[in-house]
Amino acid sequence: MGLVKRQRMAAQTVSEKSKSGGKKKAAKPLALSREILRHMHAMMVKSRVLEERLIKIYKAGEAYFWIGGPGEEAFGVPLGLLVHKGQGPQYDYLHLHYRATPTLIAMGMPMIDSIRLMMNRATDPSTGGRNFSNHYCYPQWNVTPVSSPIEVQYAIATGTAHVQKRNKTRGLTVVTGGDAGSAEGDFASSLIWSTRPGNELPMLITVQNNMVGISTEYKEQHGEAHVADRGKAFGMRTLVVDGNDPIETYRALESEMNYIRKTRRPVLLEARVSRLYGHSSATGANLIPERDCVKEFEQLLLKHDVFSSAHVKNLWREFEEEGRQAQETARREPAPVAESVWENYFAGDENGDWRKF
Amino acid sequence: MASMAQAIRMALHYGEEHLGVKDIFGQDVGAPLGGVFTATQGLKTAWNSPLDERGIIGMAMGIAMTGERCVAEIQFCDYIFNTIDLLKIAGNTNWVSKGNYTMPMVVMTPVGAGIRGSVYHSHSFDAWASRLAGWKVVMPSNALDAYGLLLSAIEDPNPVLFLKPKALMRVRGEDLIPGEPEDQKVLKNMIDAPIGDRKAWKPKWPQLEPYKVPIGQAKTTRAGDHVTVVTYGRHVLLCNQAADQLQADGISVEVLDLRSIYPYDWKAVRASIEKTRKVLFVNEDTELTNFGEHLAYRASQELFYQLEAPPRVLAGKHLPGIGLHPNLEENSVPQLHDVVASIRDLAAQVP
Repeated sequence: MGLVKRQRMAAQTVSEKSKSGGKKKAAKPLALSREILRHMHAMMVKSRVLEERLIKIYKAGEAYFWIGGPGEEAFGVPLGLLVHKGQGPQYDYLHLHYRATPTLIAMGMPMIDSIRLMMNRATDPSTGGRNFSNHYCYPQWNVTPVSSPIEVQYAIATGTAHVQKRNKTRGLTVVTGGDAGSAEGDFASSLIWSTRPGNELPMLITVQNNMVGISTEYKEQHGEAHVADRGKAFGMRTLVVDGNDPIETYRALESEMNYIRKTRRPVLLEARVSRLYGHSSATGANLIPERDCVKEFEQLLLKHDVFSSAHVKNLWREFEEEGRQAQETARREPAPVAESVWENYFAGDENGDWRKF
Repeated sequence: MASMAQAIRMALHYGEEHLGVKDIFGQDVGAPLGGVFTATQGLKTAWNSPLDERGIIGMAMGIAMTGERCVAEIQFCDYIFNTIDLLKIAGNTNWVSKGNYTMPMVVMTPVGAGIRGSVYHSHSFDAWASRLAGWKVVMPSNALDAYGLLLSAIEDPNPVLFLKPKALMRVRGEDLIPGEPEDQKVLKNMIDAPIGDRKAWKPKWPQLEPYKVPIGQAKTTRAGDHVTVVTYGRHVLLCNQAADQLQADGISVEVLDLRSIYPYDWKAVRASIEKTRKVLFVNEDTELTNFGEHLAYRASQELFYQLEAPPRVLAGKHLPGIGLHPNLEENSVPQLHDVVASIRDLAAQVP
């Protein structure tokens, strides 16, 4: 979706309607247009259905490991809708962590691509069956390879932002990560390198704070009330948003990304999010009773007559069917062959096997 | 003749002008210092970074992901160890992304002992580097090769680790770099920053020409028939000295300067061993899981029935550090007398 279109749609907001004594009461408007609200909801549902499909695939024994982002839809989907999508420094770069399915879905990733990654198919466009679920890579959208170390992306992201700044583009660099990873030095590196006097970088540095790293609670390990507070020491703009509220998040991201495009300076944004199925399949991947942003948002939009219950029911059913069919298709697709381990060792398939030197 | 530091500087200048290098950076790399060994003085794209090795490698990786060329420096390899996981990721990015993200980046870092660098300015990194799959690793032994290898490294679409033998940074070469003025004083006046205030100083670069040493290609620095010595970096000079010394005793030594640690020139190593039937691998990294051990293993596996003596590795002792006092340093990494003794011993072995 183009920026101009987004702005136009945002101008047409939705009003809340409720019945009182048979008369419609003056409604408190929702802050985004009906089109954006419906689209955000659809993408959040699609992402949730996909993640739950991935968990089913794991539990059915058709994949070795699941890790993903159910509970981060209200943050990830707005982010995916707002980025300037394309290849090269004039577009936005994304250095994502392994809970970014909502962002990729919002950007247009087909469900089946995520399932191919989950099931280690040779057709997996991100890694060709080499890496875990949610370890996406889409060079055509500047989505750099997601890696399992939870902090390295913060240091790497400074490089793409540096090129964007030097080349005087309008592009910015987005980096996402978790609260636990913010304890690593690379997070501090991103704050230091993005705020060098005279060399500030156009970076949206984000932390999706779910208040726990695997099993260790944030409050046991972090003295800072908000991770975002750490940015204040560097004179950078910081904010904390309710990452379970997609409207608040969308508006905050839109505002901050516009600020970065205009000023070429960084922002540190912390989003408080849920982690609905635990850390990964290693901790069971079972539903945990936390705030569910998809259900909350859905109820809000139903209350505001943005869509009907029938529409919602149909939407979930359609995405469920898409996921089921994608799994069946991926199941029939080839696995990577053993001999392929040496492919892409070096660029251009130059030999990297010392036995052949 | 140019020193190795000047040769590196000229290669970087050539890279800026002709090979698309837009960032040369690291701690103290930019003005006013231009690198602790002066290898980055006067370069128009050189800049100082925070004292943050992980930040330096991360920045280089991000730049490479955009397709732009950069050369990053870790001031001493002794300080590169906290970047190992980033180096691993730089090495696996092309592989794990199915070739979608190449990493055309060069990281250069001074290595080795020989300057009384004590515990934290004497480390070697070649053995560690050889385990970083996806990287190419090179180490020159003279100024011309430094120039030629660095141009190849900059042009390479893969991450390349350019190891600078710090004890050779001030050593002048025996061959002119193409375009280099013949009088070293002239070169000094053109490209060496003056002592003191350098604010107004600008280098006058010679008209440099391309000269590339292909990565993966060794060079025979001494021809011989009795023993092959495979080495790289500053130990090429020691092994050449040993070969010259032993010639008087009738021991003919062939010295191979590997120049590239990965990918390495096995064809050259193999051909030399097939000729001499005895081989010694010399380097100064510590001896356990040393890169020379890999080469010795391969020699024993593939050339066992042609060998007249077990392949031997002469390397640094497996010590926690290099002690500062010369008595300590010289008993920690191979010295000339160690090389000579090892070759003599090998030459004397009868099957």
